[in-house]
Amino acid sequence: MAGPKYPGFDTLALHAGQSPDATFGARAVPIYATTSYVFRDSEHAASLFNMERAGHVYSRISNPTVAVLEERLAALEGGVGAIATASGQAALHLAVATLLDAGQHVVASNSLYGGSHNLLGYTLKRFGIETTFVSPRDPQNFARAIRPNTRLVFGETLGNPGLDVLDIPQVAKIAHAAGVPLLVDSTFTTPWLMKPFELGADLLYHSATKFLGGHGVAIGGVLVDSGRFDWEKSGRFPQLTAPYEGFHGMDFEEESGTRAFLLRARREGLRDFGACMAPMTAFQILQGIETLHLRMPRHVENTRKVVRFLAAHPMVDSVGYPELASHPDHALAKQLLPRGAGAVFSFDMKGGRAAGRAFIESLRVFSHLANVGDAKSLVIHPASTTHYRMSDDDLKKAGIGAGTVRLSIGLEEADDLIEDLERALRAAQKAAQ
Amino acid sequence: MNFVVDGRTAFAYTAAHAIEPARPSVVFVHGAGYDHSWFGLQSRYFGYHGRNVLALDLPGHGRSEGPPLESVEAIADWIPRAMDAAGVARASLVGHSLGALAVLECAARHPQRVERIALLGVAYPMRVSEVFLEAARRNEQAAYDMDTIWGHAPRVPLGANPNPGMWMYGDSLARLARLAPDVLYKSLKACNDYAAGLESAAKVKCPALFVLGGRDLMTPPKGAEALARAVPGSRVLRLAPSGHSLMAEAPDAVLDALVEFLG
Repeated sequence: MAGPKYPGFDTLALHAGQSPDATFGARAVPIYATTSYVFRDSEHAASLFNMERAGHVYSRISNPTVAVLEERLAALEGGVGAIATASGQAALHLAVATLLDAGQHVVASNSLYGGSHNLLGYTLKRFGIETTFVSPRDPQNFARAIRPNTRLVFGETLGNPGLDVLDIPQVAKIAHAAGVPLLVDSTFTTPWLMKPFELGADLLYHSATKFLGGHGVAIGGVLVDSGRFDWEKSGRFPQLTAPYEGFHGMDFEEESGTRAFLLRARREGLRDFGACMAPMTAFQILQGIETLHLRMPRHVENTRKVVRFLAAHPMVDSVGYPELASHPDHALAKQLLPRGAGAVFSFDMKGGRAAGRAFIESLRVFSHLANVGDAKSLVIHPASTTHYRMSDDDLKKAGIGAGTVRLSIGLEEADDLIEDLERALRAAQKAAQ
Repeated sequence: MNFVVDGRTAFAYTAAHAIEPARPSVVFVHGAGYDHSWFGLQSRYFGYHGRNVLALDLPGHGRSEGPPLESVEAIADWIPRAMDAAGVARASLVGHSLGALAVLECAARHPQRVERIALLGVAYPMRVSEVFLEAARRNEQAAYDMDTIWGHAPRVPLGANPNPGMWMYGDSLARLARLAPDVLYKSLKACNDYAAGLESAAKVKCPALFVLGGRDLMTPPKGAEALARAVPGSRVLRLAPSGHSLMAEAPDAVLDALVEFLG
């Protein structure tokens, strides 16, 4: 049926959240480097503090530059709103701390970024929040781990390190049947490759440090709420549906309906934990988002070329990329990630640790560092860096081989990347002999 | 607060205050498909400034039990019954869109219960396009899309939200996604079918304020001119850049207008 049309992704990536500056007409997003905002009068001040008027009070809670980033991400993801945080880890913590109290429980994929695994498995445990980790390959693993005190199901859209594709439609059904929301880390896919809310997820976050920024100059995170989870109907979240003494008796759901989660996350989480984003960081990440729709296709195109090259190379044992038929989630990736399975993947090289070291040290275009999602291609050899203290047996248990190498494919000329890898593989071969 | 009207549970937001009979009262009535929180900032203000506040969820909307009321007249008669149930004898009424028509009709039918009326985002007749009504009748997503896109000024998807970090389109779609089938259709049909506007407007004896969005695509300001002329002594305020969702698009300007009008 004919009807009005929403602005397209590319247009939103450039415009959502910002009107040209009313005072000077600045077209670019101004950087509001201010801690606080002048009140019109005492009545205005009181109204802002009591949330009777819209506006900014103090930049830990909200800031006009940061708000542009928040609204833009919410628009790109199709959420009700968003909160920008100091890092992706701060976004995960904010989500968990808003929804869970001590004595409650998370069911999480075991295919997670190490920092997230640590936060859930060790750090939050100290505060009484327990997590059960399950393999995401079978969605029923999530169902089996749910307990009466479970309040959150969590996974990564593309898991670490094996790029397990989270079956969001199935896992969301399982979470919703238990009356709890599904939170996903969408960092590796970005809204250009996947819209988790359209698949059934309720909350999502990004490490904006990665593809959203793309330039590797700023650390940040963004937590987005779909507004679709009915906290009142669930009956399991008095944090949002009962008067809260910590905020003048506010019942967040009654107060704001679809915005209840974000209201508490901002007004309690940013106020008390304080992991806010700086306006300069928001500006830098916005510069990246303005070209996200141009960069992601190139990331994927380059990755496909590199994957094809590696998969055919005699020094390579295996390549773990979901677009390859050999990947266990190949069919699911075709269904959920038709635009591509991202630009970060691992491959296993023959020749052990010595070969791995020689490979890394021979690369000239790839940068050896601990990050992903940069415009520049990146590489890391876990066995000689992040996991170098582990025995070969322990590495195997962690899903990492002595010759496992993780690549993040950037925007360089693909032929240059392949040439670089070819030279490094020759060096690895010599070292292995 | 929950209360019972006609044997069914109904809900009104009271800004966390108990109703005190000695205080002046303001009743907020939302439009088709929405709920009390559409007036979030404005209702909270009055609740913390010496007024009893009843921001109603109409039957079938928000937390109030269905089915939805199927005519403006039925809603106009339901409002005083809801006030009775909540312990409010007389109030100023603030209505948006369908709620504005209901508030107008209520003032004409129950003048002893109404002190002042503020009509936001209103037009008469409030015709709903056939394509929109038909999509709503079929409970199609297209109806929610039309409601969302036509329900805001054209600049909204590309502009900044006065409420930091929020995406107005997303909020509208999330609210509409929670509706039971047929609620939007029956509410839109009530707008479309309402035929007593001019006669009822002439019967209004209390002060009336019209607040209209200059970029309202659903109820363009010119559509309210005849109605405003028909209400004796009414005032019209046009908020130039705003669309139909005035309370979200221009929250401070709407609040300032209500504060000035309600005193």
